[in-house]
Amino acid sequence: MQDQERRLFEAIGEMREDEAIELARGLLDGGADPLRVLELCREAMETVGKRFQCGEYFLPELILAGEMLEKIGAMAKPLIQTGAGGEAKKLGRVLIGTVQGDLHDIGKNIVTFMLDINGYEVKDIGIDVPAAKFVEEIREFQPAVVGLSGFLTLAFDSMKETIAAIEAAGLRDGRRIMIGGGQVDETVRGHTGADAFGTNAMTAVTLCRGWIGG
Amino acid sequence: MGANEGAVRHAEKLKRVMDAVQLKRPDRVPVAFHTMLWYAKYGGTTIREVMYDYDKAAELGRRAILEFDPDMFAPPHQFTTLGRVLEAARFKQLQWPGHGVGDNQPYQYLDREYMKAEEYDEYLFDPSGFYLQKYMPRVLGVAEGLEALPALPGFFYMRLVMGMRSFAHPKVVAALEAMRAAGEEANRLVAAQAQFTSEMEGRGYVLAQGAVSIAPFDLIGDYFRGARGILTDMYRRKDKLLAALEKAIPFIVRQTIATCKASSSPFVFIPIHWAADNFMSLAQFKTFWWPSFRKVLLGLIEAQLIPVPLWEADCSSRLETIADIPRGKAVYWFERTDLVKAKQVLGGIACVRGNVPPSLLNMGTPEQVDAYCRDLIEKVGRDGGFILDGAFGIPDEAPLENARAMFQAVRKYSA
Repeated sequence: MQDQERRLFEAIGEMREDEAIELARGLLDGGADPLRVLELCREAMETVGKRFQCGEYFLPELILAGEMLEKIGAMAKPLIQTGAGGEAKKLGRVLIGTVQGDLHDIGKNIVTFMLDINGYEVKDIGIDVPAAKFVEEIREFQPAVVGLSGFLTLAFDSMKETIAAIEAAGLRDGRRIMIGGGQVDETVRGHTGADAFGTNAMTAVTLCRGWIGG
Repeated sequence: MGANEGAVRHAEKLKRVMDAVQLKRPDRVPVAFHTMLWYAKYGGTTIREVMYDYDKAAELGRRAILEFDPDMFAPPHQFTTLGRVLEAARFKQLQWPGHGVGDNQPYQYLDREYMKAEEYDEYLFDPSGFYLQKYMPRVLGVAEGLEALPALPGFFYMRLVMGMRSFAHPKVVAALEAMRAAGEEANRLVAAQAQFTSEMEGRGYVLAQGAVSIAPFDLIGDYFRGARGILTDMYRRKDKLLAALEKAIPFIVRQTIATCKASSSPFVFIPIHWAADNFMSLAQFKTFWWPSFRKVLLGLIEAQLIPVPLWEADCSSRLETIADIPRGKAVYWFERTDLVKAKQVLGGIACVRGNVPPSLLNMGTPEQVDAYCRDLIEKVGRDGGFILDGAFGIPDEAPLENARAMFQAVRKYSA
């Protein structure tokens, strides 16, 4: 890694946003390969993810890092020659959404982010998602894991109905379902029929690792 | 029940609760009744109906309180019968039945940026002006016309007299008329609440909250900047965020004291959103979250009020920090923090309250609820300083028999 590249990597990892943006701009203006810049960002995000996993970083750092990545991505992507390079190979597919009746998305977004930087191909289908929509999306996206998110207690029944609909559509076999949110626990897992539950993003990553590798 | 009998019961229940607050051993563990929209399930009706019908909600509230016989109660007005006033105010920060969500769905907050990053300076310079001309028009449909108001402190002497023109501006006139109608609806709600509260106190029950308050970080995070905004502000504009938190303190404290002193209860309910272990590091908590909230707590305690923060999610790593308040002056209600651990750290400092899980209240059996409560009473309630409650009261979907089991447990295991 060149000096400037190393500095960019460190600036993202250390949350020095202005410096990171300046360095990325300098690299791109100097003719650096935009794919290389994006690769550096991805590596820096892995560092951020690891620090989050070990309890050094929390939500402010995840969100700020995500925004730095967005800004650098917006500068780098228009410079990419079509056909050059390709997306890194993903470990497996995860479909995630907040169940019907619940509009909360912070937890879901953090899980999506953490799964993404850990190498999974994540499709986030939003909030207040009806069971039928989950079924339709599973059929189309063919994920190995489905994540149902919800913060409110009403989500307990929505999760149960969603899982029942997935089963009724014949889409449960060979696929794992995890539920997550501030109120969920083993009792809720049993009630909904999910394979596992989690109350933080790290559990989601650990579950996916156990189920589909990575 | 005679008036005297009610007064005797009230004194008995108040002593029980106050003994717990002051970390003495009460005659038995007190139990509190708090819920938001469970009345709909209890009454076999919709959330929309209990949100809109003051009489129906009061009838269900009365029935539940008489059936459960708790020591403390919260009236079904502060968090339930809000439909009419929300509608009258054209409130934009919530979705509620008929306004974005279905008839049997709870109201939900819309996390948005209600104050832009570049507006910190305006808020810091003149919070009241910012409220009138920017914030209120953004969150209250009725107040939109207030945008046309000038900066009033620029007026003086005859210019102040001529400045009355602003109040004849058609937009301002329309706003003030609509705000008056919303205010009248709020008065009806408050009158219904006062009548209900007075009746229940007459029957011997202790009002669990004379006011609702907020932590400065949660105020700026939830209601001004939004989650994404405040979390990135911790890096991008740390000094301004800290200044805004400090600025909010006297406004919060004064308003809370005024509201609470006008009620018959010293208890101040404070739902806490952003303190959880998972949200920020302990160092960030000690820098951004706790100092301004501690000042709010001390301000309320100094005014002889009893703060009751409900620490949402798991706040285990915060216990040593939040123990830094005067002894026996507050109730710490925990949602997911292990109460045994909380009691170990806070036992000599603050009464703890909670925390039967919503999953158990909603999906367990009465026997399981009973066993859970017994365990809490024996482990946490043995030496006093404990009030039994749900993790956040009775969840909206809990079956009656499970709720009942919680209230019966205090009589079975601690009387």
